[in-house]
Amino acid sequence: MISILGQLDGTGIPLPLYSFRVPAGFPSPAADHVEKQISLDELLDIRAPHIYLVRVEGDSMIGAGIFPGDLVIVDRSIEAEPGHIVIAAVNCEPLCKRLARDGSQVVLKSENPRYPSRYLLEGDELQVWGVVTYSVRSHDKA
Amino acid sequence: MTKPERVFALVDCNSFYASCERVFRPDLKNTPIVVLSNNDGAIIARSYDAKPHVKMGEPYFQVKDRLKKHGIVAFSSNYALYGDMSQRVMTLIESMVPAVEIYSIDEAFADLTGMPGDLERLGRRIRAEVYQRTGIPVGVGIASTKTLAKLANHASKKWQDNTGGVVDLRDQVKREWVLKKCEASDVWGIGRRLSAHLETMGIKTAWDLAQADPWTLRKKFSIVVEKTARELAGTSCLDLDEPDPPKQEICCSRMFGKRLTEIAPIKEAVATYTARAAEKLRRQNSMCKKIRVSIRTGMFNPEEAKYANGIIVELPYPTDDTRLMTNAASEAVDRLYRAGFRYSKAEVLLLNLCQRGEYTDDLFAVSQPESSERVMTVLDSINAKWGRGTMRLASVPTSPDWGMRREMMSQSFTTRVDQLWTVYCK
Repeated sequence: MISILGQLDGTGIPLPLYSFRVPAGFPSPAADHVEKQISLDELLDIRAPHIYLVRVEGDSMIGAGIFPGDLVIVDRSIEAEPGHIVIAAVNCEPLCKRLARDGSQVVLKSENPRYPSRYLLEGDELQVWGVVTYSVRSHDKA
Repeated sequence: MTKPERVFALVDCNSFYASCERVFRPDLKNTPIVVLSNNDGAIIARSYDAKPHVKMGEPYFQVKDRLKKHGIVAFSSNYALYGDMSQRVMTLIESMVPAVEIYSIDEAFADLTGMPGDLERLGRRIRAEVYQRTGIPVGVGIASTKTLAKLANHASKKWQDNTGGVVDLRDQVKREWVLKKCEASDVWGIGRRLSAHLETMGIKTAWDLAQADPWTLRKKFSIVVEKTARELAGTSCLDLDEPDPPKQEICCSRMFGKRLTEIAPIKEAVATYTARAAEKLRRQNSMCKKIRVSIRTGMFNPEEAKYANGIIVELPYPTDDTRLMTNAASEAVDRLYRAGFRYSKAEVLLLNLCQRGEYTDDLFAVSQPESSERVMTVLDSINAKWGRGTMRLASVPTSPDWGMRREMMSQSFTTRVDQLWTVYCK
């Protein structure tokens, strides 16, 4: 015979739930010291709305450690100052240079002696796109 | 204590799609741009300098020569790029104001009620920060109601040179000036047919509408028009919208990039659309009980035989399993397909949605096995990490020849490592 019981009412008494696993051997001595995992996303801040990744080609910045094929992390929230490496557009042409000042003149310096510095002349239009904060390069077998 | 005066802002991106295309193309700074709809059909966005030469909605093939003549560059729509840039803009706005309603891909309302300080200055700060951090220009309209904020935004663009892209209409003199200068059809929610109707009643400008008797408007039109008039007169009737409740139907429908005559590629397309719809279904935590699949030929070419048909297929139990849904949809195509037609479009519509855990389970009914859930969770997390379509059913091809025509698409500059913007060090 089957007797159907009605629905059971909840009593609202919370029961404790133990979710940890009981270790079979010795407990890990490190268990109390786990902090958190390291995240390159966080270090480079690449999830922020003002951070962009840009691929670099060409060798005019190798003196600064930026080689062809490298990735650069570009921050658009930083006000560019002399000394910063920037992605900028000069007369609508994009380039990657180090921003510098020579007296009252703005200079875009290459980091490779084979490339001349670019002095901004009157009538030249400079628009700084963003400031390079990090670069990422792959060190594959030579 | 009296309630503080309500203050709303509308932040709206200028020519959003065209502006996105320009961010990674400094060389196009002074080049007019248009963006085309899916399959490169019609013009759906224009940069300011392209506006005098082409209209919204004009078919691309008709304006090709005109674009060339004026040096206008056309782009296929690149929603991966627009979606990412939109998210950046919205995140920045959210960081500067207390509450935001994302109204569309390029517009957001903000509630500024009770915020201290000079709000016009806040508007200028939002504009400057968003522009610096994303390269997207925005306009900001501020007022005591959402409808007025929208009109303030319209004014900020219409008189860009004088406003610098920010207009605060809380000042009565300014408000009256703008209301009198704007047509009723410039007002949020007043379409062309409605404004024609209003004109017969002598309501031509936004000011006329603000002065009109709300009760008459309600009787003649609707409560929506009544609220619009009240809001124009300065009484706030609309609040920031709550986030959307889960959708009751989910649809994925697209034109094929070319006409299809065989059943196999149509099945591929339907499988692709089903997979997309199922993703949306799982994202809102719903299950579906029925799927409506429909296919059709082109409807306008008089030379072509026409056929359109759709059927509803029932699933054995409420499900969100792409595999089960694809099977059902594919069987539907078997029943719908007739040889001898040139098909142009398919649609997959998920019906009878219920929230997971909400539907009442018949004690003896079969329900979705737990293994389904596990497989779908893995599927979604792999695709979230490695990109849409990384893991898919074999019936969904990678790059089908029936896929959307997007011949002039820019790169996915911000969402694909292999398509990042490249800058030359020379």
